[in-house]
Amino acid sequence: MDSQEAQEYLTNFVNVTSTQFHKLPGSAIFLRYVKSSYQDDPVRSAVELFLVLFAIRYLLAPKYSTKPNYVKLSEEEIDDLVDEWVPEPLVAKATPFEDAELEKRPVIVGPSGPRSKLTNGRTVTNLASYNFYNFVSNENLKERAIQTLRTYGVGPCGPPGFYGTQDVHMKIEADIAAFLGTTACIIYAQAFSTISSVIPAFSKRGDIIVADKAVNYAIRKGIQISRSAVRWYEHNDMEDLQRVLAKVTKEQAKKPLTRRFIITEGLFENVGDMADLPKIIELKLKYKFRLILDESWSFGVLGRTGRGLTEHQHVDAAEVDMLIGSMAGPLSAAGGFCAGSDEVVEHQRLSASSYTFSAALPAIAAVTASETLMMLQTQPELFVQLKENIRSMWTQLDPRSDWMYCTSTPENPIMLLTLKPEVVSSRRLTIEDQQQLLQDIVDECLAQNVLITRAKTLPAGPSGAKTDVYVPSPALKVCITLGLTKKEIEKSGIIIRHAITKILTRKR
Amino acid sequence: MPRRLSNAPLSSSPPTPWPSFSPTEKGGSLVSKTSQKASKIAHFFSTSPKTKDAQSAAAALLAASKAQEQAFLASGTPMPSVPSLSLPSISLSTARADSANMDEPPTTLFQPPSPAETRKLAKQHAQFGPLNSQSHRYPSRHQGGEFPDPVMDEPPYYYLLTTYISYLILIIFGHVRDFFGMRLKEDNYRHLKARNGYAALNSDFDNFYVRRLKMRINDCFNRPTTGVPGRYITLLDRTSEDGNLHFNLTGTTTETLNMSSYNYLGFAQSEGPCADSVEEVIRKYGLSTSSARSEVGTSDLAVECEQLIAEFVGKESAMVFSMGFGTNASIFPALVGKGDLIISDELNHASIRFGSRLSGAMIASFKHNDMADLETKLREAISQGQPRTHRPWKKILVVVEGLYSMEGTMCNLPGLVRLKKRYKFHLFIDEAHSIGALGPRGRGVCDYFGIDPSEVDILMGTLTKSFGANGGYVNGDKATIDKLRVTNAGTIYGEAPSPAVLAQIIASLRLMNGELIPGQGEERLQRIAFNSRYLRLGLKRLGFIIYGHDDSPIIPLLLYNPAKMPAFSHEMLKRKISVVVVGYPATPLISSRARFCVSAAHNKDDLDRFLAACDEIGNVLQLKFSSGVAGGAPPLAEGVTWELEQSRKRLEKHDKVAKSLVHVPRWSLDEVIKRGVQDVKVPLR
Ligand SMILES: Cc1ncc(COP(=O)(O)O)c(C=O)c1O
Repeated sequence: MDSQEAQEYLTNFVNVTSTQFHKLPGSAIFLRYVKSSYQDDPVRSAVELFLVLFAIRYLLAPKYSTKPNYVKLSEEEIDDLVDEWVPEPLVAKATPFEDAELEKRPVIVGPSGPRSKLTNGRTVTNLASYNFYNFVSNENLKERAIQTLRTYGVGPCGPPGFYGTQDVHMKIEADIAAFLGTTACIIYAQAFSTISSVIPAFSKRGDIIVADKAVNYAIRKGIQISRSAVRWYEHNDMEDLQRVLAKVTKEQAKKPLTRRFIITEGLFENVGDMADLPKIIELKLKYKFRLILDESWSFGVLGRTGRGLTEHQHVDAAEVDMLIGSMAGPLSAAGGFCAGSDEVVEHQRLSASSYTFSAALPAIAAVTASETLMMLQTQPELFVQLKENIRSMWTQLDPRSDWMYCTSTPENPIMLLTLKPEVVSSRRLTIEDQQQLLQDIVDECLAQNVLITRAKTLPAGPSGAKTDVYVPSPALKVCITLGLTKKEIEKSGIIIRHAITKILTRKR
Repeated sequence: MPRRLSNAPLSSSPPTPWPSFSPTEKGGSLVSKTSQKASKIAHFFSTSPKTKDAQSAAAALLAASKAQEQAFLASGTPMPSVPSLSLPSISLSTARADSANMDEPPTTLFQPPSPAETRKLAKQHAQFGPLNSQSHRYPSRHQGGEFPDPVMDEPPYYYLLTTYISYLILIIFGHVRDFFGMRLKEDNYRHLKARNGYAALNSDFDNFYVRRLKMRINDCFNRPTTGVPGRYITLLDRTSEDGNLHFNLTGTTTETLNMSSYNYLGFAQSEGPCADSVEEVIRKYGLSTSSARSEVGTSDLAVECEQLIAEFVGKESAMVFSMGFGTNASIFPALVGKGDLIISDELNHASIRFGSRLSGAMIASFKHNDMADLETKLREAISQGQPRTHRPWKKILVVVEGLYSMEGTMCNLPGLVRLKKRYKFHLFIDEAHSIGALGPRGRGVCDYFGIDPSEVDILMGTLTKSFGANGGYVNGDKATIDKLRVTNAGTIYGEAPSPAVLAQIIASLRLMNGELIPGQGEERLQRIAFNSRYLRLGLKRLGFIIYGHDDSPIIPLLLYNPAKMPAFSHEMLKRKISVVVVGYPATPLISSRARFCVSAAHNKDDLDRFLAACDEIGNVLQLKFSSGVAGGAPPLAEGVTWELEQSRKRLEKHDKVAKSLVHVPRWSLDEVIKRGVQDVKVPLR
């Protein structure tokens, strides 16, 4: 009885489903397909059936965790683990050296001109600010800044894409492009963040970067973000660069073509010396790499009118694919820029994070940069005088000190002084020891009313990362300015030299 | 309802002010009809003691300047400038009875103001609109109880379908054009192909979206401006002859109502206490600090600014930086590293992602504002430990934003604090948009929710928005900040903020905390809170789909179809209003939107004008498709309390009968404006 009912129900069900099935659009085609395929080739039908079943099984299969060795735990166990877990504090305790470092940071009251007043009431000779041309307290510039304030306010209150682009931004972009002789230029709101965004805008995973080992922190961060493969070459060693380029080219010969970049600096932030641009251009052309040149420290400094390394070494700036510079240093404004072809610049407007996702530069800074750029172009004597001032300081320090030497090129107004290798090796000084010694020298100079600074650095890369290939030598930083006379510079140079001698000869 | 709000185009240039003074209460009717005229007018002056003298003086002043403003508008020609100061200018609504101006005999006040004076006033009002009525203020504060997730309304399926189809068509057309273009106009495509042994800088595949979709609407982006991005913003007109590839400036300008800048508190001004203080500082300090903070870039201004920020935010110490993006990019590597875990809201800002990636920590994300998902992620992270080794995480940092700039949602701080107590993670809040814009005292999400800032480990924010300046800050307790000062790249390498920027921050902070011109800061805070609620409610009632929380000054209006983005933007521009439209990839593919930022510089007239524009455009473009689930209903009837309503809602949700009771809001503009002012002050529904 029971089985009969069931059978009846079953036939009924089959009937209903088959009529339903026939009602479905396309069912006839499907049936015909199955029938004919079965007639023609039963094996094929079997394979197809198997495939369909496999697909269904695959779709229904539980999503296995992509995490290997995932441990299944009960809610109670998780609760216990949560109770037990003791996180570390957000930041570690500061070391005594860090505490001292913070303690000793000078606070300047009022303008940071050639003579600056500190919070302790003393007025010091400022050889630590990047105030090379003494534009900081230029009255004309101030007037222009105030005029700008009275028409634009301070902040543009929005990113460049959303009504943050002001006419003054377009002007400074055009000014820089015209100055350098490139077709276009794009400005960023902070110099330090510029290159870290420029690099990943172009170089992606799978691309190849060949970079100088001594490049600055911002470049390293840009390389890290880009996730490209990096090869390092020895600092400023053109033969090594050629070797690396040749090697990369050979390795990649069989692979699909990817973007390749050489990244280096005009004047190195960590060392102060200069890249050999003509040679790099030659190699880049030979091996078909693009060049990203960070001129943050050379733009506005090198060359007859301050166009930077390209002018100094007689290279057309258009040969450099991406030329990055700063408006915060010599130009006494704020922000950074990248000059290049139209294509390079327009691409950044959408793809460079710190341009697209950050508010635009204040109009005041844009106008100041336009003005100072004009002053550099029209007053070539600035460069002559600056060179003289650098020479005055240089002669006081480099050849005459038994302990330290200057790693910067003689054109660089930022003189980086490091301990001579023989001093370091004979005394077996660690990096920390050297930093402590340099800090003592800085303190000693300050006691004599001369403000200089240690070059402050961070270890590059997250702990243990592959980018840890280079540790900059601890250095003193002496920045030359036109705000001081030759006499004053010489006098300060003597003070610094004596301070060095005093600290390095003291008995402990 | 007077149709003064209709969007009759103003003349292009020279810039003209929108007539914004209206001595009588227009839309709202909170001010009872019986109240005396004098007291009505006194409402214009927030801090003026209500002495009879002052009132009549103020009234006279107002009438005179209004007459003049209109005369100026009518004449349309620039008037010769007369170097005289015959009338005091009303700056904000802070004219005070005790200032010298008010002591002038009333008779002189009826003299029409000089053209120069009128222009000055017009300029002022173009940057910061005068408050129409004291009733247009509201304190921004969480009303207690569970913090609700905003309801996300959805359009009828028809719109979703057409959206997908639109994209499909756009993509097909793009490919067809590429196909022929590459064969017929090879030159234009050369830079997209490998050439001479160089791989393309960005290949045709990578930038297909940009070339073929975004290029079509490029004129809605990167619009150049000039002048102050205040209540109005002046656009430089431009045209394109090659399909938005290049633009030519025509040389003319258009003054538009600014619904796009992050000028939350209206501090983008070229006059007034902030600008005055900036001028003074430029004269005294010069243009730049010419160094990094770690070397010699620390000025007394920076120290003062940091103290003020710390006090304002309610933490022990603060650091300032010259860029908000850079702040995030450099702070994460100093906070976390290998062996640490960052759990980040999926909609967090690019700068947070940038910094997180640099830090070397593992990164996980949780669903936007979803506390349950966060809890699941936390339980999994703590119980499973690090991948492979199963070692416990050294620490976990949960990163959220206070106010999300594309969604208009706030973080669920009460929920986060509850989870933090249980799961012992560290909490980082990016207050880029919420600082100044939320809370009865403008101090961000903690202030808004009445939660002690000590519950949050790091409060980061930017100074580019509410402060009208530039840069970012990081707040924490003293030990943390002291350590960060020596370990974060922003301090060590980044250029220090310039004196002008620091002065702007200091002055705007002093205004906000009431040290400078008491009352003005509070007025700004209450105006933005009122404006945010008013506009949001108005748009919902008109029938638009609006995202975000009620008190948020960021108001996204959903457009869906990609073609409606440029259409909306152009229609708005025709009505002399500038808005931001965003689409994929900044938003999910289907939810293209227009995003409005409300400011304290707007007054109710501006918002009504804007509502009128939205109403017209909404009809033309068929944008009114809300179902009513996300709000826009009239307030509760007499006798029904909020709690009762909530429990009724919960019940309904349970029994799935809610839909039938929801009214589809399609109010008329007049009705919206009439009820707006009184309804925004009660809980919105
Ligand atoms: C949440 C968030 N963080 C950081 C930033 C970057 O700030 P800034 O524009 O000052 O660089 C923004 C700006 O859009 C933001 O929205």
